[in-house]
Amino acid sequence: MSDTTPPQDTPYVQTPSQTVGPFFHYALPYEAGPCLVGEATQGERITIEGRVTDGDGLPVTDALIEIWQANSAGRYHHPEDGQDKPLDETFGGFGRAPTDEQGVFRFHTIKPGAVPGLHNEMQAPHINICILARGVLKRMATRLYFAEEAEANRVDPVLNLVPEERRKTLIAERIGDTPVYRLDICLQGENETVFFDI
Amino acid sequence: MSQPRPYRREQVVGQPAYLHPDYKSTVKRSPSQPLVIIPHSLSEVTGPVYGHSRLGPLDADLTRQHAGEPLGERIIVSGRVLDENGRPVPHTLLEIWQCNAAGRYIHVKDQHPAPLDPNFTGAGRVLTDENGEYKFITIKPGAYPWKNHHNAWRPAHIHFSLFGPSFITRLVTQMYFPGDPLFPFDPIFNSVTDPRAAARMISRFDMETTVPEWALGYKFDIVLRGRDASVFED
Repeated sequence: MSDTTPPQDTPYVQTPSQTVGPFFHYALPYEAGPCLVGEATQGERITIEGRVTDGDGLPVTDALIEIWQANSAGRYHHPEDGQDKPLDETFGGFGRAPTDEQGVFRFHTIKPGAVPGLHNEMQAPHINICILARGVLKRMATRLYFAEEAEANRVDPVLNLVPEERRKTLIAERIGDTPVYRLDICLQGENETVFFDI
Repeated sequence: MSQPRPYRREQVVGQPAYLHPDYKSTVKRSPSQPLVIIPHSLSEVTGPVYGHSRLGPLDADLTRQHAGEPLGERIIVSGRVLDENGRPVPHTLLEIWQCNAAGRYIHVKDQHPAPLDPNFTGAGRVLTDENGEYKFITIKPGAYPWKNHHNAWRPAHIHFSLFGPSFITRLVTQMYFPGDPLFPFDPIFNSVTDPRAAARMISRFDMETTVPEWALGYKFDIVLRGRDASVFED
């Protein structure tokens, strides 16, 4: 549960969040941001793309999307991931892309392997997503899951926290042979994406 | 394998709500459904790690990125990045961006009829050192109008983006300047409704870091999410 009382034992409280605003484009995006892979990167090349829309269904043309994912073996490139799985030095796992004039973002990456949850559960393969935009006062967090992982998704501990009728907002369908996964992000309204309190 | 060490859940007091109707862009861009609370797995307690090799030597000095010096009041912005347990956050990336002294961003969509400065881009990056300390040299940004409501003006601010050690600790905020007369009128600043929390977004003038005959110093400490101190490692 989110704690609504300030901690009594510490003067250190998280600095308030503020919107990224409309003018970040010359500062935050970088050329390699949407492409997470190099020639030597292990794993199946995939493209993930989607359109960000607001409560009126209009495209959000000034959002910044960040993704964070494990490598193809299911290990994060981070000191706290001590799993006995290979690291891929060519794969950092972080990507950043602004939406375009149609509200569309696109990343070139690899399909991540499965990573464990808590208490020896396995999580289905997924990509962590952070959404920043004008009019968004705090980072929004969501995940992308893969439609063909139906069995792993069925037992995924995070998907199982989501009301069943809303899970589809997190599951990307595979389109075509050069696999493109499509996941639209709806900030508000009828098909509102599930956002997480992390 | 040991369990990931969880973070303290977000302190709702002190953070803006997604919907703050006075800031009109939030009305159609805020979620209407409650967030789903999820546990802190490896996916949440890990996050992107940056190395020094990706930064250039002038990234932290916004006054030396062009042939000449930018116009405006030269300032030194420094501070510490800490977690909610008061521990420094070392080697983490800060990205900043801002308008120029006249209140104009170099961004193509900024139509404010104030002059651009050919010697100022307004973007910088720096890593904190082993003590969580950082320093930028820049110029004081101007106030500027926006279209949220009649006669709407943003108080002078510098945008800050930080990663911290995990996906959880990601923070984007804005640093304000002490005594700004526009605070009572700015719906973005006032989206933080707790006045003690809002005060944590205001830098303080600092004579210690002010350099004689050269530049004023401002201090801005930033606190990122911290571990739940009641949960011990295995």
